[in-house]
Amino acid sequence: MKIHEFQGKELFRKAGVAVLEGVVARTPEEAADAFKKLGGAIAVVKAQIHAGGRGKGTVKEVPTQRGVQLVKSADEAATVARNLLGNTLVTIQTGPEGQTVRQVFVEAGCDIGRELYLGIVLDRALSMPVLMVSTEGGVEIEKVAAETPEKIHKEHFHPQIGLHSYQVRKLCWKLGITGASVRSAEKFMKAICKLYVDLDCSLAEINPLVITKSGEMLALDAKITFDDNALFRHKNLAELRDLSEEDPAEVRAQNAGLSYVKLDGNIGCLVNGAGLAMSTMDIIQYHGGKPANFLDVGGGATADQVTEAFSIILSDANVKGVLVNIFGGIARCTTIATAIIEASKRVGFKVPLVVRLEGTEVEEGRKMLADSGIAVINATDLTDAAKKIVAAAGK
Amino acid sequence: MSILVNKHTKVICQGITGKAGEFHTRHCKEYGTQMVGGVTPGKGGETVQGLPVFDTVAEAVEKTGADATMIFVPAAFTADAILEAVDAGIRVIAAITEGVPVLDMVHVKEVVERNNVTLIGPNCPGLITPGECKIGIMPGYIHQPGKVGIMSRSGTLTYEAVWQTSNLGLGQSTCVGLGGDPIVGTSFIDLLKLFQDDPQTEAILMMGEIGGSAEEEAAAYVKQHVTKPVAAFIAGRTAPPGKRMGHAGAIISGGKGTAAEKVAALEDAGIVVAASPADMGTAVKRALEKRK
Repeated sequence: MKIHEFQGKELFRKAGVAVLEGVVARTPEEAADAFKKLGGAIAVVKAQIHAGGRGKGTVKEVPTQRGVQLVKSADEAATVARNLLGNTLVTIQTGPEGQTVRQVFVEAGCDIGRELYLGIVLDRALSMPVLMVSTEGGVEIEKVAAETPEKIHKEHFHPQIGLHSYQVRKLCWKLGITGASVRSAEKFMKAICKLYVDLDCSLAEINPLVITKSGEMLALDAKITFDDNALFRHKNLAELRDLSEEDPAEVRAQNAGLSYVKLDGNIGCLVNGAGLAMSTMDIIQYHGGKPANFLDVGGGATADQVTEAFSIILSDANVKGVLVNIFGGIARCTTIATAIIEASKRVGFKVPLVVRLEGTEVEEGRKMLADSGIAVINATDLTDAAKKIVAAAGK
Repeated sequence: MSILVNKHTKVICQGITGKAGEFHTRHCKEYGTQMVGGVTPGKGGETVQGLPVFDTVAEAVEKTGADATMIFVPAAFTADAILEAVDAGIRVIAAITEGVPVLDMVHVKEVVERNNVTLIGPNCPGLITPGECKIGIMPGYIHQPGKVGIMSRSGTLTYEAVWQTSNLGLGQSTCVGLGGDPIVGTSFIDLLKLFQDDPQTEAILMMGEIGGSAEEEAAAYVKQHVTKPVAAFIAGRTAPPGKRMGHAGAIISGGKGTAAEKVAALEDAGIVVAASPADMGTAVKRALEKRK
């Protein structure tokens, strides 16, 4: 689960990770008030969307407007907010369609001494969280990693122990942080590592991380992703979820216990198991088609869930055919067959349907489909299924 | 021979009184697995599928001599259940449960490694030595005793590969589903070592997917240490970056973990990579013929 920058900063503040004062605004008037409330000579107005690259992103409706802008008066804050709110921000991470800005964060300015980078992720190879820092702040870290990996410095830490002081000193040495700033960095880095563990994050990223002219370490940005598997023990975080930032079909699928990702092709896929679902997308493309989605109905799928899955797939207007690929293990072929018959009554199939069933109760499942009178194109194996759906969707 | 489990393995089920635990205990028993009991705290003394239920794994081990377990307890209690099994002296643990918090597994993995125990999963279908011992949720009938060692990060994709190798008459020595989470107990490399040393295994088939670098590490290991023919398939060539594809671990992040990188690393190690998921069985066949 992702959250907004302003929400992340609130969590930072509570955890002792230094941030600047800021106020959320949902109208230009609120943005002007926020500027006055902060009381400084400058402030920064930042679009709040669940995607990075905002500073370089542009507003579709007002092409001169960037997603992050320094302002010097309440009027200016209102103008920038007006350009952003309700409009579409296109950044390197949103794709060309962009994302609607529903709120802005008006943040106090500061005297930036240096811009750095800090990120925490799980190092899967070592099965430990890793803190990464770099002198290359404010730019895309993927680019730094690809071109100058020696500029990224890493320290692993154990969740129960946290970051050691010597690790902070080592990173400070690599970053060229000296004197009193080391102390500020120690408090900061230890606190962000603790937050990562305490809140079960899968990503915590600050870009840019700054050292102010007075030597304080500060988070100018806050990007946090939580481990969905751990949300059950953080009930207070659930309210930070912003459904308007998520794809409606994906939210609907999630509510039904399905795993769905929308893609831009025209062949819908309904599969059990994530690996087989990806492989089904792959084989469609291998035979010249384009998958419209990833969809895993999961192991213990019920007829209701599968019916909902069909309904989600068919709500995508691009879909010109659907491929059902089930290898029954826990999920039985008869359950799938029941669901296909049920879905044809409830949603109706206006596009060709290719079905490949294998595994638990396959004979019974095939017979149910044959007896139902629904126009189903049967496939004997994966290749056969892929070829048939590509041909059918191409007509 | 086979790896990890065989007809002598005595298995308990943690979470046996739950719906899934009971269902799969029955199926494993029907397959011929030596199921010897189950554990559900607070339900000791009951009987499920004719098997005794105990309050603790320690008691179950003492009374039944179990050396393997399959875990079906809810995600919030899975880490504790694994640690309990390790403490009780269980040798092979298959954690089927999906949705375990990732950071829980950091400590669990350390304990498992320190005690030299094999943990398969979490978020996995389990493991099976065809004709001898099935510990998990895979459909038994698709398997056939034979010569291919199969390992995979995915469940149903493993079934697909098993089915293809059975249809080609190759059969399987042991099949292991490693699990789809970012931290799992057993890696491809752990199993490569075992398959390499197992006389029954003549070829190895490995199914990877996008995300992480487990396949690249396995490829490097194969290049150095594996003399048996190896074939592979990578799922997710068409997966978009930044999107989690069902499995918590299946995500291309920061441009890393793509299928293309993995395929290149595997091919560089002399592994036969199937271009299509329908071609996994024939890829093993090609790998076997290449060595002749």
